[in-house]
Amino acid sequence: MTRKISTARVTRRHVLVLTGAAAAVAGTGFLPSIAAADKAALDAAIKKTIGDANVQSGRITLDLPQIAENGNTVPIGVEVDSPMTANDYVKSVHIFAEGNPNPQVASLHFTPASGAAKASTRMRLLKTQNVVAVAEMSDGSVYRETVEVKVTIGGCGG
Amino acid sequence: MASAKPRIKVPKSAVKGEVVEIKTLISHKMETGLRKDKDGQVIPRQIINKFTCTFNDKVVFSADWHPAISANPYMAFHIRATESGKLEFTWHDDNGETYSKSANLAVS
Repeated sequence: MTRKISTARVTRRHVLVLTGAAAAVAGTGFLPSIAAADKAALDAAIKKTIGDANVQSGRITLDLPQIAENGNTVPIGVEVDSPMTANDYVKSVHIFAEGNPNPQVASLHFTPASGAAKASTRMRLLKTQNVVAVAEMSDGSVYRETVEVKVTIGGCGG
Repeated sequence: MASAKPRIKVPKSAVKGEVVEIKTLISHKMETGLRKDKDGQVIPRQIINKFTCTFNDKVVFSADWHPAISANPYMAFHIRATESGKLEFTWHDDNGETYSKSANLAVS
């Protein structure tokens, strides 16, 4: 009788240990692969938009909340430092969200008549993720800026 | 969606050379194509995919939108006031419809 109980205990403990280990393995294996897929999709989307241009950092200011309570409407403001003259202006700013089903958010096209490469809109974010802005200048140079936004309730429906 | 109602905010007048902010908003559900109805059927995508602003028939600002743009899309941007003229705003729906609105800007 005593023996039987102890066997049962051992078995249960074994089971617990095993499931725990399995969960740990699944956890570590699962998360990075999802993140990598997001990043790959983001890189593919950026490459599709700007080609193989050499991407530099700076010049872009992204105005985003640190924490977005509602992922359905996240305000985003973007400003690119540029004189906006006929010879030197910002052609386009592309916005991407790394963790959305489709990383593309919007492409904003400016002209010298814009006066300032500054715009704002509202977007959907599925979950906590990086938001990336890529700016194409009239001289062909490309700049990039990334900001992480924590999302409390995700948007995109589902 | 005939109910799409565009709204714009443009200053009535500006000093020559001044950079003015333009704000636009249009009522539209911006259906992503990812949601399902209560029977499990995917609700087809219907968004406004392009927005343009012209000043005296010249494009000054445009934007390509993807499903990640929120419902009732808001867009604020700037233009440099060089001369008096007419601003025209156009929104292009996935279903081929366009919605438009215009405003006059007096530059002194």
